[in-house]
Amino acid sequence: MGIISRGFSGRRTPTDVKLPPGQYLTTDFPVLSAGPTPHVPLEKWEFAIDDGKNVLRRWDWKSFRNLPSETVTVDLHCVTRWSKLGTSWEGVSLDTLLAGIKTDASYTLVRSYGDYTTNVPLKDLLNKQSWIAFRYDDQDLAPEHGGPARLLVPHLYLWKSAKWVQGMTLMHEDKPGFWEGLGYHIYGDPWREQRYSGDR
Amino acid sequence: MWRVGTVVALHDETSTARTITLEVRDWPGHLAGQHVDVRLTAPDGYSAVRSYSIASAPNSEGHVQITVERLLNGEVSPYLTQEVNVGDRLELRGPIGGWFVWRSEQTEPIQLIAGGSGIVPLMAMIRSRAAVRSAASFRLLYSVREPGAVFYRDELHSLSENADSMSIHYAYTRATPKNWPRPPGRIDTKLIANATWAADLGPTCYICGPTPFVETVTNLLTVSGNDRDKIRTERFGSTGERK
Repeated sequence: MGIISRGFSGRRTPTDVKLPPGQYLTTDFPVLSAGPTPHVPLEKWEFAIDDGKNVLRRWDWKSFRNLPSETVTVDLHCVTRWSKLGTSWEGVSLDTLLAGIKTDASYTLVRSYGDYTTNVPLKDLLNKQSWIAFRYDDQDLAPEHGGPARLLVPHLYLWKSAKWVQGMTLMHEDKPGFWEGLGYHIYGDPWREQRYSGDR
Repeated sequence: MWRVGTVVALHDETSTARTITLEVRDWPGHLAGQHVDVRLTAPDGYSAVRSYSIASAPNSEGHVQITVERLLNGEVSPYLTQEVNVGDRLELRGPIGGWFVWRSEQTEPIQLIAGGSGIVPLMAMIRSRAAVRSAASFRLLYSVREPGAVFYRDELHSLSENADSMSIHYAYTRATPKNWPRPPGRIDTKLIANATWAADLGPTCYICGPTPFVETVTNLLTVSGNDRDKIRTERFGSTGERK
């Protein structure tokens, strides 16, 4: 236990809510982005999966939106310590996007418009764990929150859910993305409190 | 790794914001723009952590300053702005963050644009520039509600009086000082044109403030020709349009 802060009692989260360690509950939707918000016109949008050499799959907005989509309700945990529960999204499962791609890669680097990147192990994207989301709370996803479409991988800290996604590269070796190269954890599991690079 | 900082000074910047100076014996040093996590612990072991931008320049005395704005319904900021006394010990982790930083090797013109308490990490950059006697040209555009909401007022005033120093412009959004040439209003195209570096000088821009402020300002900067890759942002709070 840390040093007691004389006179501090804190505002507890209701006991029926279970949050990852060090998180607090919020009901608004804070925004964290490292640069200007890209505004990507739908007619120019694309999402491509490559293996570092060749493009394996490519969708434009129309063909992407013709894929079967799912509506999911998930909890979000940001490394800046807020958690937002029960958020509702519509998106295309990565199981759908990666179906039929034969690969022995274990890692991915997800790329965004505006040059953001983040690394996620391939197994964390499969088996109903991640989506390319294009609607939030029954509305088209706002640019500030990653529209036209963002990755949603809610079991990891939210910086892994890259906004403004443009594609992903399948990799045999793990490689840090943007924040992972600037002191944040390479994997980012909120339940193990893997915030910064020194965390186990 | 959590470190212990002892409060050695307190200074009220405004009626709602306070600067806390901490002495941290084993502080590893920091870069201007980085932040620190502060942990408060209640007698029963419950703890709460929030991140605060560091306001001070890197220094050799192991002193770390943060300026905390009291948030309505905040959990940690009311304690830090009202309860903490000199001599109290706080737990810190950091420094954290390697993107929204100014390094003394940078020689290009620097444009700082702050909204409200977004001035804090930018002040660390301004102080850092002075501390290392950098020749980099700095400009600050500081948007505040009213004159009484300005942080670091005297220090900024003396900086702007100093001819070889830096230019500082204020945008008052609700109330201005007497005889102020510009009516109250937000930063707009005209002010960007008059008060910031021309895009063709290739400035690096650091923008910090509430999310809608940062969205507006970054859009104005890109429209006026600034390279998107040279605009670094730090936002706080939500978009505000829906819960």
